[in-house]
Amino acid sequence: MRQVENSALDDALVVIDNLHFAHSFGAHQVYQNLSMRVPRGKITAVMGPSGIGKTTLLRLIGAQLYPQQGSIEFAGHNVHKLNRRDLYELRKRMSMLFQSGALFTDMTVYDNIAFPLREHSQLPEEIIDTIVKMKLEAVGLRGARDLMPAELSGGMARRAALARAIALDPELILYDEPFAGQDPISMGVIVKLIKELNESLGLTSIVVTHDIAEVMTIADYVYILADKQVVGHGTPAQLKQSDDPLIHQFLHGEADGPVPFHYKASTLEDDLLGSDHA
Amino acid sequence: MLDRVAALGKATLDSVAGAGAAFFMLMRALIGKPQLRKSWPLLMQQMYSVGVLSLLIIVVSGLFIGMVLGLQGYTILVDFGAEQSLGPMVALSLLRELGPVVTALLFAGRAGSALTAEIGLMKATEQLSSLEMMGVDPLRRVISPRFWAGFYSMPILALVFSAVGIYGGYLVGVRWLGVDDGAFWSVMQSNVEWGQDILNGVIKSLVFAFVVTWIALHKGFQCTPTSVGISRATTSTVVTASLAVLGLDFVLTALMFG
Repeated sequence: MRQVENSALDDALVVIDNLHFAHSFGAHQVYQNLSMRVPRGKITAVMGPSGIGKTTLLRLIGAQLYPQQGSIEFAGHNVHKLNRRDLYELRKRMSMLFQSGALFTDMTVYDNIAFPLREHSQLPEEIIDTIVKMKLEAVGLRGARDLMPAELSGGMARRAALARAIALDPELILYDEPFAGQDPISMGVIVKLIKELNESLGLTSIVVTHDIAEVMTIADYVYILADKQVVGHGTPAQLKQSDDPLIHQFLHGEADGPVPFHYKASTLEDDLLGSDHA
Repeated sequence: MLDRVAALGKATLDSVAGAGAAFFMLMRALIGKPQLRKSWPLLMQQMYSVGVLSLLIIVVSGLFIGMVLGLQGYTILVDFGAEQSLGPMVALSLLRELGPVVTALLFAGRAGSALTAEIGLMKATEQLSSLEMMGVDPLRRVISPRFWAGFYSMPILALVFSAVGIYGGYLVGVRWLGVDDGAFWSVMQSNVEWGQDILNGVIKSLVFAFVVTWIALHKGFQCTPTSVGISRATTSTVVTASLAVLGLDFVLTALMFG
């Protein structure tokens, strides 16, 4: 990894070190020698082309997947070395906003948000009621508490899921493509919520996305992934000034460049005329 | 040739790995400190959806199968002047075999497929992952109550099936075809034994309940989280569970009555 130039990175909540990962169902290597530091109390964006394994990274941080080599530390604990019980304890301190929202379809919005509180705390229902209403107020959905997830729009479902993600006041929130498939208004609301929640609750956020314009306005630090590793990192301002062709291609959305437009294939001539046409 | 051997080897390894995964899934779901305050409402909810909602198909099927047994039994027994043995014939057929087996087959089709589809859909919509990330073990929260609900429900359903079936046999044999009412019940009473017939039927039912529910939950939990994957898993649950029930029935019958 390039020399870290930001002093904020010294106080890292998540440290990824020399990570190697390949899915068990295929030989395709997702990460090779990946290293990252996620500064505490900041919003860190992880960007990269589709299919680069950004969601996989979040699942690795949450120890839903295990790497072949390397380590991931959260608050000083190597998440992949913990036993099952300690891992579940540690997960109470982190939270993940799934791309689909992943609300429980058989519960109302209210019960979805109350769920982690009822599972992990011994709080009386009156206090849970107050907390749920406050969390719903924070995402602007207090009036939608009695609706079922199927009755919510995509944007509302994601906001409800965000309210559930912050129910236990976690230290870290992992956002998986929070802006994908949102209309401009919902997108603006989610950008604002991520920023406000991060500041008001003192969270650390990791936002995995390829919506550059949105995330560059709120991110404190950005990592760009390509070709199985980090190809660039820095503050949004530093990256915008970068002359690296890959970073330039990604930030400006150019169709062709170091990341080729065409998926790896034989030449068109070979494919159309047969490889023995000569 | 070598490819075929390799494919056979891979299939064998995959099935051994699958069986191992199913075993560990069940162990992790069932072994642990019981939390009655949380698990009791979940169990009741699942008993309702797995057990109570299966009652209709069980009662209707039981009634018709009992009626068919009554009719078929009567036409055979009457030739030998033994129509008074209709009672024990119907009761023993149901309690020893048809009750546990048909209930298990119907259960696999009605509740087993629903369990697989529900869990598969929870996986596809990331609800299981989201539980894990919340620090809630999906095996304890989702799999365990469904397993126990299936395990407790099926023997009760099988007994209901047999009771309704006997009544169906009674309706046809006694009410319709004119077998003596007193003989029907008293010969049945003297021929059906508590341990040999009723208890063995319940034991069969418990074994089928264990296997069918386990297969349904495992198929849902391990399915590929796509629409095709869920559909395949659901079909596979019904096929695998039905074959397992029929195969195990032979083994159990041989052990109990052989």
